[in-house]
Amino acid sequence: MRVALFITCVNDALYPGTGRAVVTLLERLGVEVGFPAAQTCCGQVQYNTGYRHQTEPLVRRFVDAFAEYDAVVTPSGSCAAMVRDNYPRIGQRAASEGRGGELTELAGRIVPKVHELSEFLLDVLHVEDVGAYFPHTVAYHPTCHSLRMLKVGDRPTRLLRAVKGLELVNLPGADECCGFGGTFSVKNPDVSAAMGADKVRNAVDSGAQVLCAADNSCLMHIGGTLSRRGGGPRVLHLAEILASTEGNVS
Amino acid sequence: MSGAEPFPEAARVSVRNAQLRSNLRHATHTIRAKRAKAVAELADWGRLRAAGAAIKDRTLRHLDHYLEQLESAVTAAGGQVHWAVDADEANRIVTRLVKATGETEVVKVKSMATQEIGLNEALAAAGIRAYETDLAELIVQLGDDRPSHILVPAIHRNRTEIRDIFRHEMGHWGRPAPEDLSDSPAELAEAARLHLREKFLRAKVAVSGANFMVAETGTLVVVESEGNGRMCLTLPETLISVVGIEKTVPTWRDLEVFLQLLPRSSTAERMNPYTSTWTGTTDGDGPREFHLVLLDNGRTDTLADQVGRQALRCIRCSACLNVCPVYERAGGHAYGSAYPGPIGAILTPQLRGTASALDASLPYASSLCGACYEVCPVAIDIPEVLVHLRERVVEGGSATRDGARVTIKPAKGHAAERAAMRAARWAFEHPRALRAGERLASRTRGLHPTRLPGPGAAWTASRDLPRVPPEPFRDWWQRTHGGREAK
Repeated sequence: MRVALFITCVNDALYPGTGRAVVTLLERLGVEVGFPAAQTCCGQVQYNTGYRHQTEPLVRRFVDAFAEYDAVVTPSGSCAAMVRDNYPRIGQRAASEGRGGELTELAGRIVPKVHELSEFLLDVLHVEDVGAYFPHTVAYHPTCHSLRMLKVGDRPTRLLRAVKGLELVNLPGADECCGFGGTFSVKNPDVSAAMGADKVRNAVDSGAQVLCAADNSCLMHIGGTLSRRGGGPRVLHLAEILASTEGNVS
Repeated sequence: MSGAEPFPEAARVSVRNAQLRSNLRHATHTIRAKRAKAVAELADWGRLRAAGAAIKDRTLRHLDHYLEQLESAVTAAGGQVHWAVDADEANRIVTRLVKATGETEVVKVKSMATQEIGLNEALAAAGIRAYETDLAELIVQLGDDRPSHILVPAIHRNRTEIRDIFRHEMGHWGRPAPEDLSDSPAELAEAARLHLREKFLRAKVAVSGANFMVAETGTLVVVESEGNGRMCLTLPETLISVVGIEKTVPTWRDLEVFLQLLPRSSTAERMNPYTSTWTGTTDGDGPREFHLVLLDNGRTDTLADQVGRQALRCIRCSACLNVCPVYERAGGHAYGSAYPGPIGAILTPQLRGTASALDASLPYASSLCGACYEVCPVAIDIPEVLVHLRERVVEGGSATRDGARVTIKPAKGHAAERAAMRAARWAFEHPRALRAGERLASRTRGLHPTRLPGPGAAWTASRDLPRVPPEPFRDWWQRTHGGREAK
């Protein structure tokens, strides 16, 4: 099986540590990972802001970039959901506009290959204990698109519970949105900030040392709010916890 | 109301209202938890929900047929059917019908459709006073306020505020509240009961909406919790019901599905307390005259849109409002229409169009968290419709307005965003340029400001920016795994 990493544009530019962690983790599990340099962005921001037509070339690029691989792993619930839920929709809309079935065909080809990290570990590799060590208390924020679009369920927490030294604590109001929402965060900054403040209060109340999620966009918002406020847990992507070992703790 | 300020501006004020935030948080979280429990009791909820969506879709697909069937049945049962293409026409019809009775007062059953068309204001302009008889609508009317929730219109008020409104305002509308009225629910309810009883016994004309209209028999259905609606539906001599055309269900068997879906989703009850049904008129029992005003007001245009039409499945349960994190913080008034919350954000821009700044801002009043879709009892994919309407705002395109296909121009104020999206797309189509940009950002990371000017200030006002790393992932990969991807 040829496995590729889809790093996502946000992780590539701002959170390369998450990408390094995915590579480290998968290599530790014996998976050889490829990184096609032609990959860029799934088009989620464009699509969710209303620029569907701008997304179409990015759909073509995405499918093309990963054409030679059997599986595409990505450390972002919302980017995986973008491909799985919205690529077929973009295809249908193009067809309904009389532009043929090309995008539908491309979507049909890529959708079964794309896996969010926790799905890949549990559903494809069938590994729950990835051999990680992380001696901290951790609260897990499920993120809306992992929870409600991908429906990853308890996969991430099963992985976390298997980590040596890690204590998983309850996050009050866990399934409530953090208020990021892509361009929502700047189009409705007051509501976004109010939601962020409530999420941060719950993160602090959880008593955790680390707030973990499987999507760095949400963590950018939560972490940015925490950093402005001062104190509270630090934020860390699931991949970085799973990549940690006794010799090398994130 | 459509001249109101855009959503983000209205929300900027309401998020800072601590009392409002606390009232809304308490109320929505309470109903949310109760609903979840009530729904979890049914093992076949998923199938019931799918059935509700399928019945609505089938009815909407053949709406012309069912509306004609409904009209025939209502007429055969002694009612009169009127067709209103828009709010003005509906208001004119109702005003004319009330005037024909010689009355200058009407009692009202809680109704979303009459709020949508601004009926009370139209009647007032014609010298007719409309009395709201739903407890929460009464609070709103006495407080010279606007509803902020579909099911609990006074959700933004707490008991103390309600006591003050009753004490100060009830006397101007009829029987006053006792001087020493406390804020205990029992005393508040008793004051409202005595005040309203006087209205019920005097009224000769009632105006209602309806939750459902059964086409096969011409039966209208009102679902309510207080019994005040039933007083209006049975005591007056004339009953006028204003109902959106999408409220049609073909048969009583179809109705059965919705009478299970609606109470659990809205009030978290297993069975609705007061379900009133009536078919035309009955000699010696209830109103002697019955008029049904079928309201379009943008619904046929909405039906023409392949993605947006699912909004017409809505049964006004409010479950989406009660789980919405944006509604919880912004409050219902920020949505600037009778329909607040996620459903309002997809319904209003379709019924009214996206021409005003407020209506164009509504599709963006969501973080797309998907909680609304998850609880919707008729499976309206609200996030999907929101994104679809965002496209209409920023890209324009084809839509149906007033029954005709029109090309909508992109809304004003999105030029910079459109340019940024195009630039981003260009970079994403040129990975080398993207990589050069990332490198440049990394090399200059020491120079990045922590607070941004212009549109970026919307981020940095409440959040720190992430620090740009010394090396983008691409470069690390090249350095450590270089060449491996070259297949």
